[in-house]
Amino acid sequence: MKTVVLGIGNLIMQDEGVGVRVIEALERDHPMPAGVTLIDGGTSAMEMLDELSDLDHLIVVDAINAGKPPGTLVRIEGEEVPSFFRTRLSPHQIGLPDVLASLEFLGAQPKKMVILGVQPQTMELGMELTPLVAAQVPVLVDQVLAEI
Amino acid sequence: MARITIDPITRIEGHLRIDVDVEGGRVKKAWSSGQMFRGVELILQGRDPRDAWTITQRICGVCTTVHAIASVRAVENALQLEVPLNAQYIRNLIILAHAVHDHIVHFYHLSALDWVDVTSALKADPDKTASLAESLSSWKLNGKHEMKAVQERLKNFVGGGQLGIFTNGYWGHPAMKLSPEVNLLATAHYLQALEIQRKANKIVSILGSKTPHIQNLAVGGVANAIATDSQSVLTVERLMAVKGWIDELADFVKNVYLIDVAAVGAFYADWTKYGKGVTNYLCVPDIPMDTKGTQFALPGGYIEGGDISKFKPIKGFNDEYWAKGVEESVKHSWYDYDEKKPLHPYAGETKPNYTDFQADGKYSWLKSPTFYGKVAQVGPLANVLCMYAAGHEPTRKYATLALDTVSSLAKTKVGIDALHSTIGRHAARAVRCAVMVDMLDEQWNALVTNIGKGDTKTFNRPVFPKGEQMGVGYHEAPRGVLSHWVVIDNGKIKNYQCVVPSTWNACPRNEKDEPGPYEASLLDNPIANPEQPLEVLRTIHSFDPCIACAIHLSDKENDQVVTVKAV
Repeated sequence: MKTVVLGIGNLIMQDEGVGVRVIEALERDHPMPAGVTLIDGGTSAMEMLDELSDLDHLIVVDAINAGKPPGTLVRIEGEEVPSFFRTRLSPHQIGLPDVLASLEFLGAQPKKMVILGVQPQTMELGMELTPLVAAQVPVLVDQVLAEI
Repeated sequence: MARITIDPITRIEGHLRIDVDVEGGRVKKAWSSGQMFRGVELILQGRDPRDAWTITQRICGVCTTVHAIASVRAVENALQLEVPLNAQYIRNLIILAHAVHDHIVHFYHLSALDWVDVTSALKADPDKTASLAESLSSWKLNGKHEMKAVQERLKNFVGGGQLGIFTNGYWGHPAMKLSPEVNLLATAHYLQALEIQRKANKIVSILGSKTPHIQNLAVGGVANAIATDSQSVLTVERLMAVKGWIDELADFVKNVYLIDVAAVGAFYADWTKYGKGVTNYLCVPDIPMDTKGTQFALPGGYIEGGDISKFKPIKGFNDEYWAKGVEESVKHSWYDYDEKKPLHPYAGETKPNYTDFQADGKYSWLKSPTFYGKVAQVGPLANVLCMYAAGHEPTRKYATLALDTVSSLAKTKVGIDALHSTIGRHAARAVRCAVMVDMLDEQWNALVTNIGKGDTKTFNRPVFPKGEQMGVGYHEAPRGVLSHWVVIDNGKIKNYQCVVPSTWNACPRNEKDEPGPYEASLLDNPIANPEQPLEVLRTIHSFDPCIACAIHLSDKENDQVVTVKAV
């Protein structure tokens, strides 16, 4: 089994960085089993192609604009994944979808994929998460742990 | 007169809006507008200067390492801190590998689809494609079996109804001119480039301890420990792996990328006549070869009016000609300065004043930088022309090779003047990339030789004196001159300004109302179909737009996730 937990987001835009904050919490508190890699993807794209190739499971953690109250947890998997990227609910409108499309073209796409997210409250300038979103970081950490 | 608005225009991060007035099938007037506010400068005020690089590398997902490099150089410049040779070489290897990665991805994955019609490749004859390819280059993966396999894969992909990564292309557009065979060849190399770019990223990853955000930098050097007998640090084994990837990259860049760009240039010779725009070119020297930043492997400087005989060099990290020449205007930008005149970055202010899009007033979140009051184009074209003017032999060699290949394919003599154009910017990027892969090899040798002498020093501890220090860190990044300007007061950041490449190129009109390089380059561009302004994309993409770092933050109008329509 080859699994990647990928947190994406921009740390200088408050709640936008929640995916990366979850990765930081996992790195700090939870040793990963063999075969599981944690990646702080930030807002990058093609740089990740190598590490995302030929995965059994890709778990993406991200801020997701689902039009729900701030702090609402969102889970997207299975057939919803492609449309998630088509409708661009994620602020990372171009980066990750391009990587996944390239992997598909190479025949190296993940066998299984789930996106765990939370509705952001604000994406203003700043390094801190808002309290509503920060409170969901431990919950997302548990969700990731249950997934791997 | 018809007004076309394209928003956003970038295939990668950032939000760039381009407006053009079209009359008689030609662009008559253009506006380039950055649609997001950047405020990383505000976050940095009051912080420890040693931490700035970890924050600035979050400005942009594509250009992480370049902001990290410029930031540590700015603080080192303020302290006049020397950087150990090993640290320079390791940084240089990261800089070069990142640039090679960026250039390959830009050409094949972010802009080739402006020129290559992937669906046309389905009609190609694989045998003819292979013989064409083999006539151009000795690359090992140009054979007919390779071409057949790629065509099969494409058939399955498109046949399955998945255009996937190719969805946004303008298939069948009248401005698409390549034969099915050339389209198939380019598609094959597109796939091979996906593989090869990984090797460049592996170099960054090994030396930088992690990608996409490197961890090994420090103000004063790098955190890599060097030992020839340990597994956890930079070992002989890891250095040998790096050398292997360098060789593979060199093979691809010289035998595939450079040749492909020349071929596209030859088949689209018209595009040497469009996209010229601003011909004042600015770049900085890079790849420092001493601890003080006075000797550089790659020269830099300024060329005014496209006349390479008037090249003026920039000489070192303390060069005053460089540091005194830069100013930024906000006359047409959504900011206010206390006084209504351009400001030097040390005195720079970041005070937003959003007014909506006003074609004759303020219309962009980008400021408008100038060099001694003149608008300047930055990027690989500026870099190649300056290095050429400075007599840099490898640059001359690869520029000549590229132009000779174009000339023989186009059956007409094409000289260096052709580089002042849309297609010329692509050619210059490929030439620069070839120079960079050779330089990777040189820096690898320099590092190994220096370690061989017994030098394992990688870090000089910074000391912050009381009072105020100012410094600028510059870096010739993949998109051009990047500079970070820092004012430190009693060990804390007092002011921080980033003047990034895409600000130079994508800026709005300046204090004298002169258009920026993007805006100027679009004048007289042909537009075959206003509904599908592919030609505008060609010219703008030739600059490798990435304005996430030029401007970054959520949309001010609705203050939430920006919804965009794909172009």
